Amino acid sequence: MILFEAKDVTKRFATQTALDGVSISVPEQSIYGLLGPNGAGKTTLIRIINQITAPDSGAIFLNGHPVRPEDVHNIGYLPEERGLYKKMKVGEQALYLAQLKGLSHAEAMRRLKYWFRKLEITGWWDKKVEELSKGMQQKVQFVTTVLHEPKLLIFDEPFTGFDPINVKQIKDEILFLRERGATIIFSTHNMSSVEELCDNISLINKAHTILQGSVEKIRRDWAGDEYDVVFAGEVTPSGNNRYSVVNSSFEGGKSSVHIRAAGTSDINEVIRDMTVAGQVLSFNPALPSMNEIFIRVVETKNKEAAKN
Amino acid sequence: MNKITLIIRREYLTRVRKKSFIIMTLLTPFLFALIFIIPALVMNNQDKDFKKIAVIEDGSDLFTNVIPNTKDTEFDYLSGVKLNDIKNTFASQGYYGVLYISPQIVTTPDAVQLISMKQPPIGLLDHISGSLEKEIEKQKLLAYNIENLDEILRSINTSVRIQTIKMDETGSARETSTGISMALAYIGGFLMYMLVFMFGSMVMRGVIEEKTSRIVEVIISSVKPVQLMMGKIIGVALVGLTQFALWIVLTLALVTVVKTNMLPEGAMEQLQHIPQSFAEADQGMTAMDAPAITDAQLTEFQKIFAGALNQPWGLIILSFVFYFITGYLLYASLFAAIGSAVDNETETQQFMLPVTIPILLGLFVAMGTMQNPESSLSFWFSIIPLTSPIVMMARIPFDVHGWEIALSMGLMLLTIIGTVWMAAKIYRTGILMYGKKSSYKELWKWLTYKG
Repeated sequence: MILFEAKDVTKRFATQTALDGVSISVPEQSIYGLLGPNGAGKTTLIRIINQITAPDSGAIFLNGHPVRPEDVHNIGYLPEERGLYKKMKVGEQALYLAQLKGLSHAEAMRRLKYWFRKLEITGWWDKKVEELSKGMQQKVQFVTTVLHEPKLLIFDEPFTGFDPINVKQIKDEILFLRERGATIIFSTHNMSSVEELCDNISLINKAHTILQGSVEKIRRDWAGDEYDVVFAGEVTPSGNNRYSVVNSSFEGGKSSVHIRAAGTSDINEVIRDMTVAGQVLSFNPALPSMNEIFIRVVETKNKEAAKN
Repeated sequence: MNKITLIIRREYLTRVRKKSFIIMTLLTPFLFALIFIIPALVMNNQDKDFKKIAVIEDGSDLFTNVIPNTKDTEFDYLSGVKLNDIKNTFASQGYYGVLYISPQIVTTPDAVQLISMKQPPIGLLDHISGSLEKEIEKQKLLAYNIENLDEILRSINTSVRIQTIKMDETGSARETSTGISMALAYIGGFLMYMLVFMFGSMVMRGVIEEKTSRIVEVIISSVKPVQLMMGKIIGVALVGLTQFALWIVLTLALVTVVKTNMLPEGAMEQLQHIPQSFAEADQGMTAMDAPAITDAQLTEFQKIFAGALNQPWGLIILSFVFYFITGYLLYASLFAAIGSAVDNETETQQFMLPVTIPILLGLFVAMGTMQNPESSLSFWFSIIPLTSPIVMMARIPFDVHGWEIALSMGLMLLTIIGTVWMAAKIYRTGILMYGKKSSYKELWKWLTYKG
């Protein structure tokens, strides 16, 4: 079931177009990634979803009906720039924001204790926000965003400012939230997190959607003529006119070999070549990283644009 | 808890807990208390300090016994003593100071010197120069050889003291002091200007903080922008009222403590009996009569106190609270709108000007009001809402018709409704707008957005 949908959204500012006919569709209990170079229009789309700005044309839907002002209660939003009062104490502030979201004092306290313990930030309760590092502030803000358990969570660049350990922690929490039923939209430049977390993505470049779909399908589509082959024992295929070896390694009694098939080759022939070379344990298309796909798609688009 | 109450609570508590707030609140009453206590101390000290002054004339005895003794000062006329003989030793001889009158006194006014170890009080100086002036005038008149000069002088000797008595509607007269009214007008007008500006810009800074830190983007998913704005404005207003109330309570407490502990009984008694004693003193006063001059000086003090006691304090405090709340609401909502329209504090300049001008204008007219409280300029500025809080506060100590206050207050309330509505519209759009250089044209567009 589709929880959130944006249809043909266009937003123009005085000098430029931020979004031009962008549509996305987010299934319930999934994680949706918004990718794109800086200034592509991601944050504008997020602000439209949050009803901070209105689109010039197009519409957004939640649960199949057009988004209403009161729907923002079902949305948790983590803005890119951290929205916390600097002079206020962490605990007091989290409690304040939670109560504004409609939680009772007791309920807010209970949930805050749970989340503060979970993210190991209990000791910060009485610290002022300005005494915290950027990453620490972000953790606090993360808690305040998810505390009222909204159906739809929107994170704008949730990983910037975090060290690798905290990135992992936040990733785990995002997966955990999905498990508990939340639907998540997040924008990021961190491509490895996209591979790990996202079910679907939209790649936005210069106000247009240039790539969209499930992460798995996109990676398969972009796999091209490269394959990963695993052999039992130490095997090094020599390569012929049908394929060439890109690299190979031997570890734990298995050889991993990355090959590239020539464009004209019959893939069955190549598989046969492999079985001749040694005992094949697996033969898979080599999935390109989202990073590679991102760069290739955006560069191709920009070259096309330059030609026109 | 209601959401707007939550917001008010936060705005209030975070500000009240600030160190700067606590310091301001505690220190100011000391200043206020000093204003009440110092005159009492001064009066008290004056009575106690007995001064003996040696008078030396250079080679003449023209002014012997010319300066009359007063209650606390005795003039000792030394003949045949040179200034240099006593200049360095007068203190050890029991003199407070040496008054030296040079022979050039008739032609040059600077020819009199009072040498003392301490700064002599103004009253003493006035007394000496007044006596000497009279004597010199008399000597000059004598040179014209007018017959019966003494008699003529006695008959033309007049003294005019203006007693200001204001009638109120019930027909009972109240004696007032223009000096005190002026001081109150000044304090009232200026305090109003300061508070409205101070707390108004506090609101503006708060709005800018929320905008630049994107807090507002998180919060408007929970509350309406208007709620956030009103919560902030009301929260800051309560901060102002708290401070004002604490000032009054602490000042009264301080004055009471000082009254009972530090001042000898006599001094405070004197203050309490002022209204009666001042009337008596006035009647018994004649100009050339030596002790009466001191009385006259004392009466000056007493008059001020009598005037202070006779001020319409209830009206002043009530109107102050009213004009503070309304004037603040008016300007705070304008400041909030400005804060929402800009990306940082430096950008506020262009919008601040039209808001600052009426406030400053109000302040200037308020200053003029002290000279002429009934001028039509003062009247109109005390009716027009943008300047009325400041100007009306300056007018009230001089007695204002009830209908004028009512009209001014009524117009104020109407204007607030309009202004808050307008500010809320600008705020709602501006607070979520970034990177767009705001202009008046842009503000107008926001104002006319539908919905």
